[in-house]
Amino acid sequence: MTALDFLRLDLPALLAAILACGTCGLLGSFLVLRRDSLLGDALSHAVLPGIIAGFAMTGARAGLPMLLGALAAALLAVVAISLVRRVARLESGAATGAVFTSFFALGLMLMEATGARSVDLDLDCVLFGQLESVVWLEAQGFGSLLDPAALAALPRQLFLLAAVALVLAGLVALLWRPLHLLCFDPDYAAAIGLPARGLELALNLMVAAAAVAAFEAVGSILVVAMLVCPAAAIRLLTDSYRAQVLGGAALGAALGALGYALAGPLPAAFGQAFSLNAAGVIGTLGGLAVAGAMLLRQLRIAQPKPAAISG
Amino acid sequence: MLGYNTLVVLAGCALLGLACGTVGAFALLRGRALMADAVGHAALPGVVLAAILVASLGGNPRALPPLLAGAVIAGVLGVLSVQALTRGGRIREDAAIAIVLSSFYALGVALLSHVQTMPQAAQAGLGKFILGQAAAMRAEDALWAGGIAAFSVLLCLILFQRLRAACFDPDYARVMGLSVARTDLALLGLIVIVAVAGLQAVGLVLVVALLILPAATARLLTHRLPVLLLVSASLGALAGALGAAASAFEPEWPTGAAVVLAGAIFFTLALLLAPERGLLPEALRRTHRRIAATESHFLRAAWEAQEAAGAGPGTAGDRWTPIAALAAARGWSEAYASRLALWLSLRGLVARAEGEIHLTPRGAAAARRAVRAHRAVELHLLGLGATDIAGADRLADLVEHGLPAEMATRLLAEPSALPQSPHALGPGAFSSQADTLGDSENATRQNFIVRPLRGREADGH
Repeated sequence: MTALDFLRLDLPALLAAILACGTCGLLGSFLVLRRDSLLGDALSHAVLPGIIAGFAMTGARAGLPMLLGALAAALLAVVAISLVRRVARLESGAATGAVFTSFFALGLMLMEATGARSVDLDLDCVLFGQLESVVWLEAQGFGSLLDPAALAALPRQLFLLAAVALVLAGLVALLWRPLHLLCFDPDYAAAIGLPARGLELALNLMVAAAAVAAFEAVGSILVVAMLVCPAAAIRLLTDSYRAQVLGGAALGAALGALGYALAGPLPAAFGQAFSLNAAGVIGTLGGLAVAGAMLLRQLRIAQPKPAAISG
Repeated sequence: MLGYNTLVVLAGCALLGLACGTVGAFALLRGRALMADAVGHAALPGVVLAAILVASLGGNPRALPPLLAGAVIAGVLGVLSVQALTRGGRIREDAAIAIVLSSFYALGVALLSHVQTMPQAAQAGLGKFILGQAAAMRAEDALWAGGIAAFSVLLCLILFQRLRAACFDPDYARVMGLSVARTDLALLGLIVIVAVAGLQAVGLVLVVALLILPAATARLLTHRLPVLLLVSASLGALAGALGAAASAFEPEWPTGAAVVLAGAIFFTLALLLAPERGLLPEALRRTHRRIAATESHFLRAAWEAQEAAGAGPGTAGDRWTPIAALAAARGWSEAYASRLALWLSLRGLVARAEGEIHLTPRGAAAARRAVRAHRAVELHLLGLGATDIAGADRLADLVEHGLPAEMATRLLAEPSALPQSPHALGPGAFSSQADTLGDSENATRQNFIVRPLRGREADGH
């Protein structure tokens, strides 16, 4: 593996993995804290018909229409879930399950009907993610990193991911206190006049945006892994809000980088012939991270710190 | 054109839908429906590993039983993982399900990508487990799936009493000596079995929908468990058969999506049209109630206008009343009151002529009932110690409509006669107070609501 190969093939994919997993990890904490983890599952599936519709209307695999379509679909799904909960008097899990599977099925059928599948949007991309297809063939060497022309030719998924990551990180920083209240004491938040419903909606849309940006890189089901696993692992280890949110993002990004490295480049570097689906490895690592955190927590409980007892 | 193979697959998928509908009903009632999502996704690494194992042992990697066995083992592992994760209490069940389904599925994806590079044709047909492809099923596969489905339905019927007790009254079940924990275990087992049996036809991503949608549809339609089971099972069977048929005509379609869309359409229809809970019947009922309330307000205003004119209840039907006067008494616009008059004349309750109305005999009877109900509530409120007469009038306007005639009789001291109104009647009787009412009205309402209704025995009824 040469440096040029790394620049052309691995660097963009690695960046995409880090950005996608970091963004999902950042927002995942709010889902886990609000006991709303299934919403991640629901939204990552429910955005599919919106993506296909956005694609069908513009006929191109452009970022913005797909993002807007996905947000609209996510909004619809959230409304539908609360409607189903109220009218059919289902518990929220069942209502969520009924709605997101219907949306996903609709998306799959739309994919067939609009011919999107044969053209550009691959079923494999939805199910498995296509981290490996994020390549930067224009790179001529490390000098290209400073060359505007070459940088402009970076894969467009990277631009979408970076933009979404930036916007979402900014929003989280901006809404840091209100989100904190919303997670831990929604009643108090409502009592002091925070627009709790609006915040919830904003959070849902943020999750949908993260899901759709990460969608292409890791696939819809692995978005769920990245939303929930890092946040749950950190949740097992800390009670601090700051550590939870920032730790979730950091662990997500780290898992993304490690998973990508373990899937292909690392075995290749050691002369091994096999390579695995990177998104799959990242998701598996997510599960292992939770299991590891579980063990760590049990060890900690078994040996309580003396300071914790006296204090 | 429908060959033997297609027919068998169709029957197998229908049976599968039937089983999913039956088990799904219990799973939904017990709040375990999403476990099927975890099981379905968790099955992927099991299927792939089984295929690798069989291929490396030189067997036929397409043979269904080893793949299903792998799926069952992985599915059970998935269920156990969910339970292990929730044990500490730090991670709730929804998070645990999301973690298990996504990380197991991820492992499956990673393994699948490895299988695809293997020299043997081990990966052949594994893709169909993800989104389902009924067209690729052989008669033999369909027989397996159908057999498993039939077995699980049978098990549901045998365990019917236990499952019902666990779903509706766990405490009662415990008292009766039925172990709820063991029943739950059986239910989880059933979920694993039907989810795995459904993999080929529906696919692991969407198999959960086949458990939730028919059961949720049935719940919208009925309250009775046997009916619910029947409806859920038949809708599941119908969805399964439709999906398989779609797959037979369009082999490229993901069967799972077709099955789930059929189920989603049933569910949406029930959501809109279910007689008791549906959105449209609910909206119709609400509109009907509102119209009936407005009608009775109009009729009462017509009656009271005549009372105010000195006609008296006995001769109420004999005078004509200007619509403008009614509109003023109710605070309606004249155009609105005219439209109401037109509507009531179509119903034969009033006669109209030149901007005036008079009650027909039927209308007078209805108006008398409305007046009686209104005054019964008013007088009752005043009897409870309310001092704000205008407030009592307004509160009575709100609550009188649900009042059956017998209840009005019970509230009235002199049941046979029509009581006098406690306040002045006629146009604008309250319009001068209405502006200043605001707070006191609210206070009075509060007063009425918190004050418990006294027993009527005290008043001699």
